[in-house]
Amino acid sequence: MNTVNQTIEEILDLAAAHFKVPRETISPDDDFFKTLKIDSLQALDLLTKLENHFHVELPDYELQGVSDFRTLAGKIQARL
Amino acid sequence: MTESASACDGSIMSWTMADGVIELALHCAPCNELGSASLEALETFVTALEKMQADAHSLLIYSEMKPGFCAGADLRELQRRSQALGKVEAVRGVRDFLERIHRVFNIIDAAPLTTIAAVHGVTFGGGFELALTCDLIIADKMARFCFPELRLGLIPGFGGIPRLKRDLGNGVVRDLLLTGRSFNATKAQQIGLVSQVVGEGEALRAARSTAAQLKKFDHATAMAAKRFIKPIPHEDLRREIDLFCELFLSPAVDEALRKFVESADALPYLP
Repeated sequence: MNTVNQTIEEILDLAAAHFKVPRETISPDDDFFKTLKIDSLQALDLLTKLENHFHVELPDYELQGVSDFRTLAGKIQARL
Repeated sequence: MTESASACDGSIMSWTMADGVIELALHCAPCNELGSASLEALETFVTALEKMQADAHSLLIYSEMKPGFCAGADLRELQRRSQALGKVEAVRGVRDFLERIHRVFNIIDAAPLTTIAAVHGVTFGGGFELALTCDLIIADKMARFCFPELRLGLIPGFGGIPRLKRDLGNGVVRDLLLTGRSFNATKAQQIGLVSQVVGEGEALRAARSTAAQLKKFDHATAMAAKRFIKPIPHEDLRREIDLFCELFLSPAVDEALRKFVESADALPYLP
């Protein structure tokens, strides 16, 4: 099973690739709405990408108030 | 709109028929919201469908809009009309709209064709309900389904609950309805809602391939099977309209619609 740090790294790689931003410009504690310049619709796209990648189901109400990659990784890690 | 016996190129949706397959393409920005103009276009489509279906075996419905299949009812239009008309008059308008869209959805649901929704991205509310009228749903793996209506103090009004109840277990219906959560194509396939999950951008191709397979079977037999397995839940549909109109009278709905309309976010009611 992934460690939290591995999960964070995979999320950052996926987010950078999906939203076409340089990987080195995003960090675990960044606000993904601001760093990726995305709205809630695109955040939902990211959620779908992550669910497909990690083979987990993450209800969107669990993400209420979550805006940084590290907390997001914790939510995913809890379902791996 | 340019229309012939078997094709129409409109600003909201277009359709073509070739080799027994009717294709309805939704292309109204931003994400095919269902308001009065799209309802009129759908009514025009089902009138044409009743003529075309004698020469067809399948109907495919898909979206050409990048964000998804359909984001549901046009809530901005609903809020504008509600404000302009006052509550009593507005609820009359809502009932009329619901009865018209139920008529259209029932025609698609019972059409003597095998119907396939090829969906991607946002398939929410009324968009989800449109997909549920179809016999098969083929989903791009980035598709996402949701009934967000409870966040507005409402229930789905375009036949979603009765059709989900018909097609799936009641536990699934309650989860989707009462939590208002969205879920992806893989989950949708696990619960029996989606028949095929395909790669990104592949849903229409897979739907066309499925339609080509359907052509090999005797159409009358296929339609007898459809009528047997897919009855229209008329009584529940009628009760759904009554309940929606009753809930629409609540002042909480006005407030929720106002918040929705004033939000600058692309999906103001999520997560």
